[in-house]
Amino acid sequence: MIDMSPSLVLVLTAGVLVGCGVYLLLERSLSRVIVGFLLISNGVSVLYLVMGGRAGGPPLVGTTPTEEMSDPLPQAMVLTAIVITLGLSAFVLAMAYRSWQLHGHDEVQDDLEDRRVADRLAKAGFVDRADEGAVDLDIEAAEARDETEETSEPEPSTAVETPARGSEGS
Amino acid sequence: MTWLVPLPVVIPLVAAGLTLALGGRSRLQAIISAVAITLVALTSAGLVFFAHNRGPQVVNVGEWSAPVGISLVADRLSALMLLVSAIVLLCVLLYSLAQGLADGNEGAPVAIYHPTYLVLAAGVANAFLTGDLFNLYVGFEILLGASFVLLTLGGTGERIRAGSIYVVVSLLSSVLFLTAIGLVYAATGTLNMAQLSERLAGVDPGMVLVLQVMLLLGFLIKAAVFPLSAWLPDSYPTAPAPVTAVFAGLLTKVGVYAILRTQTLMFPETAVNDVLMVASIITMLVGIVGAVAQDDLKRLLSFTLVSHIGYMIYGVSLANETGLAASIFYVAHHITVQTALFLVAGLIERRGGTTSLENLGGLARLTPALAVLFFVPAMNLAGIPPMSGFLGKVGLLQAGAELGTPVAYAGVAAGLLTSLLTLYAIAKAWNKAFWQEPPEPLPDTSIPRSMFGPAAALAAVGVMFAVVGGPLSSYTESAASDLQARTPYLSSVLVKGDRGDGTSDEAAEEATDEPTGDGPEELDDDG
Repeated sequence: MIDMSPSLVLVLTAGVLVGCGVYLLLERSLSRVIVGFLLISNGVSVLYLVMGGRAGGPPLVGTTPTEEMSDPLPQAMVLTAIVITLGLSAFVLAMAYRSWQLHGHDEVQDDLEDRRVADRLAKAGFVDRADEGAVDLDIEAAEARDETEETSEPEPSTAVETPARGSEGS
Repeated sequence: MTWLVPLPVVIPLVAAGLTLALGGRSRLQAIISAVAITLVALTSAGLVFFAHNRGPQVVNVGEWSAPVGISLVADRLSALMLLVSAIVLLCVLLYSLAQGLADGNEGAPVAIYHPTYLVLAAGVANAFLTGDLFNLYVGFEILLGASFVLLTLGGTGERIRAGSIYVVVSLLSSVLFLTAIGLVYAATGTLNMAQLSERLAGVDPGMVLVLQVMLLLGFLIKAAVFPLSAWLPDSYPTAPAPVTAVFAGLLTKVGVYAILRTQTLMFPETAVNDVLMVASIITMLVGIVGAVAQDDLKRLLSFTLVSHIGYMIYGVSLANETGLAASIFYVAHHITVQTALFLVAGLIERRGGTTSLENLGGLARLTPALAVLFFVPAMNLAGIPPMSGFLGKVGLLQAGAELGTPVAYAGVAAGLLTSLLTLYAIAKAWNKAFWQEPPEPLPDTSIPRSMFGPAAALAAVGVMFAVVGGPLSSYTESAASDLQARTPYLSSVLVKGDRGDGTSDEAAEEATDEPTGDGPEELDDDG
């Protein structure tokens, strides 16, 4: 039987990787999110090494006695997971690039409800918020609305920073 | 008839390859996709027949016997899911073909549409068929990868915005699921669901609870159950109409299916059910209140989708046979009805130029056929008596009353209230889109008849569920009793007690003859 007591180094590595990953995943910029996602995935991959037990001999019947074999299954699974992670990361990167083409940044934007609420508050001239004055709220709403207005074409203001190819994409 | 089992996964994947190679020739692509999905539907119908009459059909992929290799299992539940999803996929495909022909965009921006759609179909089928936890993860990833591409098709600003939220949330849920799989393997040394259901009984109950909660978290995000549902209404409505329809019909239901399967097979005696029930009740109420507040048809439907996921989870959390049966019935009903409604919403958008209920109006006079087409699935969704929605809801409420705990009764009340509010939200949409005087005259366009057909067919399937309600509910009842008994599943996967069928079995026996003592057990772990 393989020794199943986990190696502390691997457990700590997995913990640190996942911790850093979660921190980055909470950021708004997609490129940080992708780094966070990669860190978490790598942390989980390390976790799979822990769950396979201690390393042993090659798991081939006839070359190694059964008790000394490594468990090959977690490694096969980690390989699959790594390949999937690679593909999906490539997709997210493409999406971040597209977002930058369109908007000049790759931040995840507010969702529709948030923008509607901001709009409605601005329209009503709502001032009853303890933390901000009406002026700030107006500015906030205007900024939020700029993103709503976005069609497939880049805005004139962002077109300068955006590469020329940006407009032909859609 | 076990050779039928892998076909729902294999056919779409092969067809996806073919359509990808024929990227420029959109007509050929269309024919291949339609033929492939039709074949899947026929195969699934065959599987329903065999699973019902001869018990679960099992294939050990590559002849590796069960706990070592991956087994594909088509029991009553997965066969029914497959059949319903294949019908839905076929209707949506025909709808999108008609839309493509009508718009004259032959192959223009979306040469990858067909391959991706077929990969999505393969992923959904794989998730339904697999009897292995890690393969379930792979199935999820296949369908998620395809769904990412479909959701951001064309890469417009709005879709990228919605897509980035959807993608990040999906990735997170996948990582959670992957971690859970790792922990399950560390605790039990196997990932075959049948073997897991035997081995988890011997694991420390606290550990089992951790594993269960980890798995559930991943699935609940995918199924969009309340605290984890915020991503759905924001991301689905931006995609093209057929894509939204197929997502709404299938993707969340795959999550529900995974919950159904793992809860019944792996964690039969569980303390989590009460928590799950509370979550389902809140999902129903929060979802439907969100729907009432919307003034955009697609968003309104997305919120009703979240709300009605609550019904299915409620049925699962009751964990009695009536509840499970009603839940399965409800899943089948809801897949067709919700998809039909989204297709009709696409037609409305085409005719009226918008889905905003403020700007629509008078459609009943302009296109009476569309009005009928909206009315039937809408009433079905709300659960008006002769329809299948009513049958499903009655089953759930009966099951709730049968259990009889205070929380279950709260669920019954919430179910009734949700049904009522669904009717209110749907009636509001109906009045505004079809009967009010439009603020501005609608554009003068017409809907191609070929797009009507698939939507009407799907609505008709929803009605058919009520017509065949008797046989269907006896089918779902036997599916539920299979799930509760667990033995049909276990004995057909692990034919020889602790191993399945397959030629690797003999090899294993030969090998274990030579080395030391507790051989067979050992080899299971080594895979």
